[in-house]
Amino acid sequence: MQYYLILAGILFAIGLFGVITRRNTVGILMSLELMFNAANINFVAFNKYVITGDLAGQMFAIFIVAVAAAEATIGLAIVLLIYRNWRGIDTDNYSIMKW
Amino acid sequence: MAEHASVGIMFWILAIVVVVSGFLVVSLRNIFHCALFLMLCLTAVAGIFITLDAEFLAVAQVLIYVGAVSVLMIFAIMLTRDLADKQIPQTNKHAMLAFLGCTAFVLGIILVLSGTDMWRWAKTPLPVENVMTIGKLLMTKYVLPFEVISILLVAAMIGAIVLARKEKA
Amino acid sequence: MTEFAFLIPLLPLFAFAMIVFFLRWNEKVASGFSIAMILTSWVMSVWILFETIARDGAPYEIFFHLTSFAALNFEVGILVDPLTAIMLIVVTTVGSCVQIYSLGYMHGDPRFSRFFSYLSLFLFSMLGLVLANNFFMIFIFWELVGLTSYLLIGFWFEKKSAADAGKKAFITTRIGDLGFIVGLLLIGTYCQTFNYQGVFQALGDGVMPAGVLTMAAIFLFCGAVGKSAQFPLHVWLPDAMEGPTPVSALIHAATMVAAGVYLVARSMNVFVHSADASLVVAIIGITTSFIAATIALVQNDIKRVLAYSTVSQLGYMIMALGLYGVDTAHGHHSPGFYAGTFHLMTHAFFKGLLFLGAGSVIHAVHTNDIQEMGGLWKKMKITAPAFCIASLSIAGIPPLAGFFSKDEIVASTHGHPVFYVLTLAVAFMTAFYMWRLCFLTFFGKPRDEHRYEHAHESPKSMSYPLAFLSLLAIGAGWVGIPGLPGIGEFAFHAEPYHTHVDVLGMLIATTVGLSGIILAYFVFYKKAIDADKVAERFRPIHTFLLNKWYFDELYDLILIRPIMAIGRFLWTFDARVVDGIVNGAAWLTMLWSDAKMWFDKWIIDGAVNGAGWIVRKSAAGMRYMQAGQVQFYALFVLLMIVIFGIAKIFVNNWWPLLVALFAGGALLLGFTARRSGDDDSAAGAYEAEK
Repeated sequence: MQYYLILAGILFAIGLFGVITRRNTVGILMSLELMFNAANINFVAFNKYVITGDLAGQMFAIFIVAVAAAEATIGLAIVLLIYRNWRGIDTDNYSIMKW
Repeated sequence: MAEHASVGIMFWILAIVVVVSGFLVVSLRNIFHCALFLMLCLTAVAGIFITLDAEFLAVAQVLIYVGAVSVLMIFAIMLTRDLADKQIPQTNKHAMLAFLGCTAFVLGIILVLSGTDMWRWAKTPLPVENVMTIGKLLMTKYVLPFEVISILLVAAMIGAIVLARKEKA
Repeated sequence: MTEFAFLIPLLPLFAFAMIVFFLRWNEKVASGFSIAMILTSWVMSVWILFETIARDGAPYEIFFHLTSFAALNFEVGILVDPLTAIMLIVVTTVGSCVQIYSLGYMHGDPRFSRFFSYLSLFLFSMLGLVLANNFFMIFIFWELVGLTSYLLIGFWFEKKSAADAGKKAFITTRIGDLGFIVGLLLIGTYCQTFNYQGVFQALGDGVMPAGVLTMAAIFLFCGAVGKSAQFPLHVWLPDAMEGPTPVSALIHAATMVAAGVYLVARSMNVFVHSADASLVVAIIGITTSFIAATIALVQNDIKRVLAYSTVSQLGYMIMALGLYGVDTAHGHHSPGFYAGTFHLMTHAFFKGLLFLGAGSVIHAVHTNDIQEMGGLWKKMKITAPAFCIASLSIAGIPPLAGFFSKDEIVASTHGHPVFYVLTLAVAFMTAFYMWRLCFLTFFGKPRDEHRYEHAHESPKSMSYPLAFLSLLAIGAGWVGIPGLPGIGEFAFHAEPYHTHVDVLGMLIATTVGLSGIILAYFVFYKKAIDADKVAERFRPIHTFLLNKWYFDELYDLILIRPIMAIGRFLWTFDARVVDGIVNGAAWLTMLWSDAKMWFDKWIIDGAVNGAGWIVRKSAAGMRYMQAGQVQFYALFVLLMIVIFGIAKIFVNNWWPLLVALFAGGALLLGFTARRSGDDDSAAGAYEAEK
């Protein structure tokens, strides 16, 4: 059990690292998927070892997957839009809300 | 946790694959390779799900993530091609600080988890008929979230079309 | 099906919304959808009529509570009783015919789809008005009907006369509506409810003093006067003929103007408590009827003749209802209520037919002036017979629809000799001017060869509704054949009315109608009497009638000019006195503010600027935190989590250390960000590119 949680934690940290450091927006989206999966592992692990009753954890994971798919769709559409408008998807470039 | 030894071995192999490929996803310079490793990583996560007795979720994971989302990613990479190829640094200036922070985060989690046993372990095993149970649950107890999620997906699709559509003028 | 009656108005509303939001760009789909919706409503209405008959006319009511102020409840609901069922049929039948007809008539208009959306909106409001179960709702739909009427009259708003006519209709009916509101408020105040049944019950219990009740009834009637174009607010209806002809047929003949009559019929329970108010209603009705009929004798615009004819017939209905109120208040038995509603129904059919026929004629010859028409019978093999059928019907020739209903109107004047004579006079004039119209338009020699050559029968979409309405103009009256059980046992107020055969009355009414037609035949077909010479002989009267009794000029003189004069006077007053006061006040204020300025400048500003200076200096350092980059914020969050985690584990929440760590982390990050911000050329590059 702990191993699963630690694995999820590591995956989450990797994803977070990616989100913070990636310059490419698509990279950020990929890192976000990693984070989603880390959360999913947690849910399923708890579902197996702690609350086995009615598969609530797996159901939740399924909904997370669906939402993640929606998120990826919208995210990529936004990426395309940014790319078309600014000719680039480097996050360093779009800091127009800077001081 | 009396389980077959093969499950443990499988877990370790998969865990290593997940961590290594995950790390490569966030650190490789070529974004295209990153996407490929993302697929590998997500497939390995699907394997993890199988070790956790969640077969349906594993299949769904492969179908949705590896099949759909990753392909979408690759599309996006190709459409924004000219940036991906250049050997510019793929990380920004926060890399060092972020790495330190994340390491500390992981260490903290390990520290906490190894020193605790705070759960009431389950007495009953999971239902064996995994797919059937999920199907039933989706149509009974979770029917409302199910419908909401389908509406959300439709909205996301329409939204994506609206966003990505070229202006008429 | 009656449970679903609420769908009847909602379907046209749905059509309106769909056309406005989605179907506007495709004319065919838009018009088709609109027609499909109203036809569905029509089918439902027919069904509901049969269900209502099967229920023996027992009212069906559903409503839900909306909100309440003090003891006054506001409800939304529907009420289906015989009156409603009949009105539903009338509105949806004429509505369907008009929409189909518009396919041909409005063909090629740049705002084709919009026209259909307006028609749908109008039908929604009219059907809602008919189905409403309380005075509050009827008022809302009442106003909606007024609005759509405005939109449709002014549909060709490029034409100034059309835009003006729209305004005139809107404002004139608004005067009546003001009275309506007052009446509603009186009823609401005394009865503590707007629901029809509740109000009538409360009135029966005598919650209102007799005087107040008379006032309330007359105020309610004001609304009907405006909407049904009764004297003295009738002036808007003839002008409303500026709208497209289908609109005239739908609104100004068959449905909207009937709303006023419907209102009086619906609130009959109010009027029967007050003989005085009912008498006012009856007098207004017959006055309107007479005035309009005389004006119609001499008009040359085909649509205006029909408009005045409408006003006149509406006067009939109002009079019948009023007389019913008078008789009932005195405890007599009277066919007035039944006659009014019956005539409302038959009139809707034959007047709709007349207008659609007139539209067809106008479509063919491109003029409204009957002096330029003539001999069109040969050219228009469907329109002309249909028009003549309707004319026979309105003239009261048996066995057409108008005969039976008009007969009942005449019967309702029993016991009121003045009304009886005037009613017969109006019937005679009606027959005369309608057949003047027919002879001048369809018979004799063409007076304008050029127009005659170009005349042609209208497309099928226009002639089919004509044919259908012709059938109704012939047969709609058969539900009220005297002596047989018919509409009198169905649509009644208080107690069923059994018609009985009155051979003498019928004979008189028919003779009057026939003599009108025969006179018209001799004057305008045989030319046995020269119309121009007669006009010359009675020049003053002729001019007086041609100018519509000078009502517009009268209103101009006694209302508009004084108001303008008052306006000018007020303007002068404004310029001299008010402005003087204002300017003086301004001067004083400036003096006072000079004094205050000194204080402001040195004391207040000093304090404010000092505060600003402090904020600016401290922000100079802090602003680097606002990097504008989400990733930076994420990093910040992560570091803070780590810091707090460490603090939690190692120092067990010793708060000074937490604060110190937080501040240290923030400063560190701020510093990093500043560095990266300073040498970050990418953002600058983007801005330069822009």
